[in-house]
Amino acid sequence: MDKFISLQGIAAPLPIVNIDTDMIIPKQFLKTIKRTGLGVSLFYEMRYDNDGKLINDFVLNTSPYDQSKILIAGDNFGCGSSREHAPWSLKDFGIRCIISTSFADIFYNNCFQNGILPIVVSAKQLDELMAAASNQQEFQIDLPDQKITVGDISINFDIEEHRKDRLLQGLDDIGITLGYQEDIAVYEEEQKIKKPWLFQNK
Amino acid sequence: MSNQGPKTLFDKIWSEHLVRQREDGTNLLYIDRHLVHEVTSPQAFEGLKIANRPVHRPDATVAVADHNVPTINRQNIEDPQSKIQVETLAQNTKQHGIQYFDLMDQRQGIVHIIGPEQGITQPGMTIVCGDSHTSTHGAFGALAFGIGTSEVEHVLATQTIVQNPAKNMRIAVNGELPFGVNSKDLILYIIGKIGTAGGTGHVIEYAGSSVQGLSVEGRMTICNMSIEAGARAGLISPDQKTFDYIKGRPYAPSAKHWDQAVEYWSSLPSDKEANYDHEIIINSTEIDPMVTWGTSPEDVVSVKGLVPSPDSAKNENKKKSIERSLEYMGLQPGTKITDIKLDKIFIGSCTNGRIEDLRKVASIVKDKKIASHVQAMIVPGSGLVKKQAEEEGLDSILVNAGFEWREAGCSMCLGMNPDQLKPEERCASTSNRNFEGRQGRGGRTHLMSPELAAASAITGAIADIRDFK
Ligand code: SF4
Repeated sequence: MDKFISLQGIAAPLPIVNIDTDMIIPKQFLKTIKRTGLGVSLFYEMRYDNDGKLINDFVLNTSPYDQSKILIAGDNFGCGSSREHAPWSLKDFGIRCIISTSFADIFYNNCFQNGILPIVVSAKQLDELMAAASNQQEFQIDLPDQKITVGDISINFDIEEHRKDRLLQGLDDIGITLGYQEDIAVYEEEQKIKKPWLFQNK
Repeated sequence: MSNQGPKTLFDKIWSEHLVRQREDGTNLLYIDRHLVHEVTSPQAFEGLKIANRPVHRPDATVAVADHNVPTINRQNIEDPQSKIQVETLAQNTKQHGIQYFDLMDQRQGIVHIIGPEQGITQPGMTIVCGDSHTSTHGAFGALAFGIGTSEVEHVLATQTIVQNPAKNMRIAVNGELPFGVNSKDLILYIIGKIGTAGGTGHVIEYAGSSVQGLSVEGRMTICNMSIEAGARAGLISPDQKTFDYIKGRPYAPSAKHWDQAVEYWSSLPSDKEANYDHEIIINSTEIDPMVTWGTSPEDVVSVKGLVPSPDSAKNENKKKSIERSLEYMGLQPGTKITDIKLDKIFIGSCTNGRIEDLRKVASIVKDKKIASHVQAMIVPGSGLVKKQAEEEGLDSILVNAGFEWREAGCSMCLGMNPDQLKPEERCASTSNRNFEGRQGRGGRTHLMSPELAAASAITGAIADIRDFK
């Protein structure tokens, strides 16, 4: 997985609440069997018109926001389906950090599996950051120091230690868990005795 | 979480499945059953292949294709991409020795319908699936939640998942449900009350006499939409109804283990003194038949109500969001809900595609005709639901009324197959999401119960089942 240490650049403002995963990547793009190539379809229905032409005033279609690595969005970002295609498409577009007042659980989790940093800030902070993003100010995201800096705004954010470590090191979760194979085997042996019906062959 | 003291149902399942804490402080939770479908699994199997990792417990894994499948001609999937996705699932499951219900198998259906139907879903289990509506299985007192594809891969490789405990929320609904009000109304009402982010970080346990009084199928409808309230999972204490439902199903505990299983299941309900991080109490008489008017499942209103005005919003953000929804939905504030005219009716999905739902619809439309301007479609949740309905003669009642009778699958719940709304078409849907574009680009969805959808099919506008004769 790609490491995440720090990030610099302008941020795209998307002041909509409850942005759901159907909006991030609509169903017709879920038919892929690959993780890559979804960036062109990100926010498809907001980004393209019925004839498939770019809608000029959508933020990610306008320069310099078409190069954004950071997205600032309204409350409850990523609600809806569990599709990991949502973070895949964001990442394929180039987004590595999303800032909102809250995220839906599964989406939040999926971000970390893909080297994307979701940051939770207060409603007041979000307003400030949204304004800074609209003014095309340069953002600086620093994960080791857990800090967002833009102009004279400086915001410290929280992140669970284990998530931070994994992002910083780009670690594969399965590899870590396979280190506990013996514990899993012991657990299974106990359960076979305690709840044999869970292991019965049909 | 301490081992002593009163525990919730969630606490009990959690502690039974904790393998150990990893060094980074996260918990490794054992997964009893893993359900797999075609859309969220190809990249997970690909990941295993690249890393040369086997599936840890093929015997605890069951797969089915449901999202992409056509509901008309099963022999041939026309969309080449859908076809590849379904074929990829068949190949992957074959290679790893995983049980797969193919398209010609009568047991094929929506993954959350067939788990319970086959008896795979049981109390006290941990169940995951790369699908947010995995919460459905919580109706049996199983801790069941949706995961992303990376986690699907993790579960395939290790039969565990990395998790931290959720917070406990209890929502008690007390009293008899008023006439015309059922489980769908109850969950829509709850979502309207707590909002789509109201349950974030929580597992919601539904309790109280209204919930206990529901059938197991009605309980599934409630737990199904927990995700629409932001919760990771929903839970309902297992009871005799639950056990009776499971008994004798193909994957149910064998006769040899049955008593032992029931004894264990009976120990699961939350202890009386257990603590919850949040508690909400609802009186059933507050609840009307409910309908959504907007583009979020929290945009609900009584069928007797009016489309809201942006001026009623508490803050500027909410006001903007109402304006955006109204524009998308093509609705004027103050319109009576029952004056909203419909183009399509969709009955089906993992929320309301079970035999009980089909029976209700059939009883309402029997000897009647759907309105001439309406197109109505009914998609059974599984091949077995379809078979059962046909044995009961429901299909001919429905077809005579003007409904199209389809093969099982997710269908127009999300329109990954050819069943989609056209721009500006307005649909009464028994599914769970009314997001922009969910049922087709520009399509307008009103979520409601099967009863309301059936009555609406006849009148051609959103109908109150209580006024319907
Ligand atoms: S019926 Fe709808 S909600 Fe249920 S699994 Fe299928 S697409 Fe998802």
